[in-house]
Amino acid sequence: MAVEVQIPTILRTYTDGAKTVTGSGDTLAALVAELDSHHPGIGERLVDGAELRKFVNVYLNDEDVRFLDGLDTSVADGDVVTILPAVAGG
Amino acid sequence: MLRIRQGLVDSMVSHARNDHPDEACGVIAGPAGSDQPQRFIPMINAARSPTFYEFDSGDLLRLYREMDQNDEEPIVIYHSHTATEAFPSRTDISYASEPNAHYVLVSTRETGSKEGPYELRSFRIVDGEVSEEEVQVAE
Repeated sequence: MAVEVQIPTILRTYTDGAKTVTGSGDTLAALVAELDSHHPGIGERLVDGAELRKFVNVYLNDEDVRFLDGLDTSVADGDVVTILPAVAGG
Repeated sequence: MLRIRQGLVDSMVSHARNDHPDEACGVIAGPAGSDQPQRFIPMINAARSPTFYEFDSGDLLRLYREMDQNDEEPIVIYHSHTATEAFPSRTDISYASEPNAHYVLVSTRETGSKEGPYELRSFRIVDGEVSEEEVQVAE
């Protein structure tokens, strides 16, 4: 099962500069764990304990996973996951 | 150094004035790798706050998709401070995640929404380190 994952500039140091990588997993949490096994360190930048990091937005196709089931969101073959750091400040 | 056209500076300053006392925010996109800010994209501050700004997550996805299709990147990421100086706050530094972007701050603390002198400064924020840079404005 292959899912396309779009990597933002700031995390491309973990993917040898690649903008897009493929991964697999039944849920977003499994996908992140699988990504981390190929790109060590990237998981920690996305997940903090059992939650997505606050500064990171993850989208399944066009939907922010916070409006789905967060890390428990189901992913399937052909889905596109986009990671974007929040643009925010004070 | 940030090289930028006067018209783009004026656009950021007038956005900041219009949204005062809330913080205004947006992006100036340009061709990837060019370091040339060209396309002014004011964003809605989803936080609608005088002390915080945040791009709406849906708007953020659309923005990045659009830049990707145009082979653009965010050359400038700007926002305003409405009661403090044009210098990155601790929150700005912790959220900054575009190491190649120029982070521009506009302060409206002196003049609010009125015309007048403005304070605009530019910074690089990489791995939590802030460095101010010169702003060279061209006509």
